[in-house]
Amino acid sequence: MNGSTLVPPVAPQRLDLWRFPLTRSVAIAAFVYLYVPIVALVVLSFSAGDSSLARWEGFSVRWYIEVFNNSDMLRAMRNSLIVASAATVAGTVIATMGALATSGPRFRLQTAIEAMIALPLIVPDIVAGIAILLFFVLVGVPLGIFSIMLAHTVFAIPFAYLPIRARLAGLDPALAEAAADLYATPSRSFRRIVLPLIWPGIAAGAMLAFISSLGDVVISYFVSGPGATTLPVYVFGMVRMGVTPAVNAISTLLMLASVAILTVSYLLGRRFQ
Amino acid sequence: MMAVLRRVGLLAPSMVTIGVLLIVPLGLMAVVSTLERGSTGGVVWGRHTADAYVQFLFERDLLGRLVVNTDYLHIFGRSFALAAITTVVTLIVGYPMALWIAFQPPRRRMLLIFIVTVPFWTNILVRNYAWILLLRNDGVIDWMLIKLGLTSHPIDVLYTPFATGIGLTYSFLPYMVLPIYVSLEKLDRRLIEAAFDLGADHWRAFRRVILPLSLPGVIGGAILVFIPGLGAFISPELLGGGKSMMIGSLIQQQFGQSRNWPFGAALAFVLLVLVLLALSAHTARYRGHGVRR
Repeated sequence: MNGSTLVPPVAPQRLDLWRFPLTRSVAIAAFVYLYVPIVALVVLSFSAGDSSLARWEGFSVRWYIEVFNNSDMLRAMRNSLIVASAATVAGTVIATMGALATSGPRFRLQTAIEAMIALPLIVPDIVAGIAILLFFVLVGVPLGIFSIMLAHTVFAIPFAYLPIRARLAGLDPALAEAAADLYATPSRSFRRIVLPLIWPGIAAGAMLAFISSLGDVVISYFVSGPGATTLPVYVFGMVRMGVTPAVNAISTLLMLASVAILTVSYLLGRRFQ
Repeated sequence: MMAVLRRVGLLAPSMVTIGVLLIVPLGLMAVVSTLERGSTGGVVWGRHTADAYVQFLFERDLLGRLVVNTDYLHIFGRSFALAAITTVVTLIVGYPMALWIAFQPPRRRMLLIFIVTVPFWTNILVRNYAWILLLRNDGVIDWMLIKLGLTSHPIDVLYTPFATGIGLTYSFLPYMVLPIYVSLEKLDRRLIEAAFDLGADHWRAFRRVILPLSLPGVIGGAILVFIPGLGAFISPELLGGGKSMMIGSLIQQQFGQSRNWPFGAALAFVLLVLVLLALSAHTARYRGHGVRR
């Protein structure tokens, strides 16, 4: 009995040092916590049930059909896409220009300028929402699609700026110098050298700007007029009126949209690393 | 000279956009908070008063005397408490999570961080709405508890401050995990190995080496959770119900039913000042420290 006992090897102990007790179970529990509501939502959006919202009553896509037959919802969806596209294009162009200016040698006021670009991320969105609302009302900008677009552009700038700036920081300045030595004009060197190299950063920035515009509820809630709202504001109204299974379906679609964009940006990021 | 012109040209669009559409509106909001309230909503220009700020602490009784009214202070207090509890809970859950991810193989680390960020980027409305499905009476959790025979009556959690807390924790957990992860990932592993070599156990290595070195991440995460928690609007609106109002809903109300713009602007301005104070305290503390790595 004694003689047959195996002596455990000593070496693998070392690996266990990097395993902090409890962290694994907490992390797994936290991942479950993060995904349970999402999974529940997606599953219930396919339930055929009518009134009860927490029970599985057979597979059905009837709520999705209902969403696509609801003209108000479709209009809100179209508004959201228009607003997000316009804000993304405007915000990304503005942010790229800003990032090009701040990525060279440091200059006076740079800290202040960078703080100003980050400001939309710092101001609580409820504060920004009512401030912009007051501004539009007092200046006389009519509330509607256009006002939402303007507001979203402001918030698209920092989201697009950060990844572009990070990409530019990793750029070798010798490349632009070499282009200049070879008689490239500044615009040509930008088009042929800088732009292709920072392209992944611009794409990532644009995607973040798009997702943040698509996901925004609070700012849009304040600056949208009675006529035109975005999809999240419309859904917010629906949820406050009372929960219907159609909300499950539309919420699932909203979520899928951001997950799809994120996954593309993740894969792009991995490819370019 | 050319360089300066180029820089000004490149910066002009962002400065003008943010200046006109955010900084000017914030200034305007501060001005509106000092104006007299119009009789049918809106404001009376040129008539300045501190009414909006007085209203925060006092109300007029039937005889027109000012008496202390703590209703609004209570709402601010509740917002602070909920934001603080959210910060603590996300820290307790988020730190071990970040620690575990940071010690995974690099390839898997990236994937895990992606998995943490997905909920962070999905619509905040959708994320809070999903909790309605789980928490409501006759909802998923209720149903499961009854099925398991653990309870026979509704759980009555939805529309309480507790539900708001769940929603806030859920919304902001990634904000805590990411900065802590970043500081843990950058941490020089040899320092931890040295601690182990010198006979420290896990707890001691954590307390004496890892925790102190990741403190900037902890503080960054705390700020990223506390500040939006203070101004949260969606979670309390959807999950909290009328009895657990937070600052955000109070501000919104002044532009909705109450039609009291100056008071709403004053509340928003106070919230903004609190946020900026918290941030500047943080940057002042870390100026000079932050560069050292």
